[in-house]
Amino acid sequence: MEKQELICIMCPRSCRLTVSGSDGSLAVEGNMCPRGHEYALSEAVHPMRILTGIMRVEGIKEPLSIKTTKMIPKELLLRAMDEIHKVKAKAPVKAGDIIISDILGTGADVVATKSIK
Amino acid sequence: MNITKETDLLIIGGGAAGMSTAVSAYENGIRDILILERNNSLGGVLRQCIHNGFGLHRFKEDLTGVEFAQRYIDKIKEYKIPYMLECFVIDLSDDKVVTCVNPSEGLMKIKAKAIILAMGCRERTRNNILIPGVRGAGILTAGTAQRYLNLEGYIPGRSVVIVGSGDIGLIMARQFVLEGVEVKAVVEIMPYSGGLPRNMKQCIEDFGIPVYYNSSVTKISGRERVNSVEVCRLDENRRPIPETAMKIDCDTVMISAGLIPENELTEQAGIEMSSSTKGAAVDECNMTSVPGIFSCGNVLHVHDLVDFVAEEAEETAEYAASYILGNMDVSYSGTIEVLNGEGAGPVVPCRINRNIRAESANLMFRPRNKYRDAVITVKLGSRILAEQKSIALTPGEMCRISVAGDKLSGAAGPLVVSVTGTINN
Ligand SMILES: Cc1cc2nc3c(=O)[nH]c(=O)nc-3n(C[C@H](O)[C@H](O)[C@H](O)COP(=O)(O)OP(=O)(O)OC[C@H]3O[C@@H](n4cnc5c(N)ncnc54)[C@H](O)[C@@H]3O)c2cc1C
Ligand code: SF4
Repeated sequence: MEKQELICIMCPRSCRLTVSGSDGSLAVEGNMCPRGHEYALSEAVHPMRILTGIMRVEGIKEPLSIKTTKMIPKELLLRAMDEIHKVKAKAPVKAGDIIISDILGTGADVVATKSIK
Repeated sequence: MNITKETDLLIIGGGAAGMSTAVSAYENGIRDILILERNNSLGGVLRQCIHNGFGLHRFKEDLTGVEFAQRYIDKIKEYKIPYMLECFVIDLSDDKVVTCVNPSEGLMKIKAKAIILAMGCRERTRNNILIPGVRGAGILTAGTAQRYLNLEGYIPGRSVVIVGSGDIGLIMARQFVLEGVEVKAVVEIMPYSGGLPRNMKQCIEDFGIPVYYNSSVTKISGRERVNSVEVCRLDENRRPIPETAMKIDCDTVMISAGLIPENELTEQAGIEMSSSTKGAAVDECNMTSVPGIFSCGNVLHVHDLVDFVAEEAEETAEYAASYILGNMDVSYSGTIEVLNGEGAGPVVPCRINRNIRAESANLMFRPRNKYRDAVITVKLGSRILAEQKSIALTPGEMCRISVAGDKLSGAAGPLVVSVTGTINN
């Protein structure tokens, strides 16, 4: 594999990473913490993202903010959002409540990030 | 009107900065605290930041803005720190008296031993960046779009062109795509993005959104509602090149041209302003020219990381606490001026007390260009007091360098911060 330049998105420090080597043994440089190493390996092979967004709540104008409990494959972001748009949350909701479990078979749950009474 | 209330520490603004100063002041022994917030809840701009990327330094967790704010709201409730919502501060005077109004209590005058200014920022609007054309519906700022979508639950358009590449615009570009809105383009006047590199990556590149650098929107068309914009490339003198004009159809123009600190109150009190940072001129304790009045967070200078806002706020609160408790050395023996040299933007703080009260002075600024293999230096005359290397720097990211207090004590100044390296705009 060619030397690949990446920007770590795991935290706002935005470290510039380089990944080199072949599939079985990839070397990562430029990361300031282990999360960057992990990110670079996954980004080089199969990019993953946390999904954050909003969804409707029955009978209430204010939307509920949600996130996935772990990263899901980047190419599934839009499809996951379609799934989320299909349902409406029911108040009351507490931050951390699971709204959709195991979305698209990714193993990640969609949880509320705020409480609505 | 007479003073209606007295307090030790008064905090204006209940965003990340205001809330962290309150928590830290409490932890430093201050009990008589009051936060004044004009909105109907605490949190400031974090309330509408539903995306993740907050709190990694502070909590070692990747939180959404909403969750980050909740951590502080919980602490404020745990400590029973009083706060007043829907309370608009309308005047501040240099004898530390604040005039404010709130629907239930009407007009109040509150006197404090110390005041922390934490009023945050507001957005630059179309008028600030001068785009000619219609005044129809469909033109709004990124922060307003974010509020509509995330707090009020309504989608402001079907196809959008984003003017400017500040972080709020980038974050909103991604959210629009996820909500099924078409993002036609990001138009940036500078040769580089004004936002964090990670946001360029995960909000723009991830979704293949076109970005036009060195370009500007030269016209907005449409009768009642926007229906298209004209985009031109700019020449070296930042003037549009007419032959490059390109029409893009869209029903919404979203402006993300950066933030302006809300310093009306600061100016009313006659507090000295820094002509370079546009915030209050503060020393290494973030104290303004009026002893006992401090400033921190986005109202002092625009931050991109809430973690650094919290850190700055906590330090500020420690100094405010020692001022209130009478432990701060307020004697004045002159100041060391802090200047921005080659490659560096305005620096906060802009002066350091000669008998420095801190263990070290943290200097913050933005680089003027994108750099590779950069070196940041802090010099006193020809002496280098601090040096820091970095693989890459960009104006979208604030730089921080700290200078040990003992190196500064007694120095005459000025201190000059500069950046050298390979420019790669
Ligand atoms: C869209 C966006 C995305 C961001 N993304 C990230 C990110 O991914 N990661 C990260 O770490 N940081 C991020 N940030 C930065 C961070 O959130 C901010 O820098 C921080 O929250 C600012 O806090 P503050 O308290 O200084 O200002 P604010 O949150 O603006 O708070 C100021 C408060 O003062 C109140 N106020 C003002 N004037 C008065 C008055 N006269 N009387 C009473 N009250 C008053 C306001 O109502 C407001 O509540 C982002 C910011 C934005 C806007
Ligand atoms: S490598 Fe670590 S410090 Fe650097 S951006 Fe990634 S998570 Fe942040």
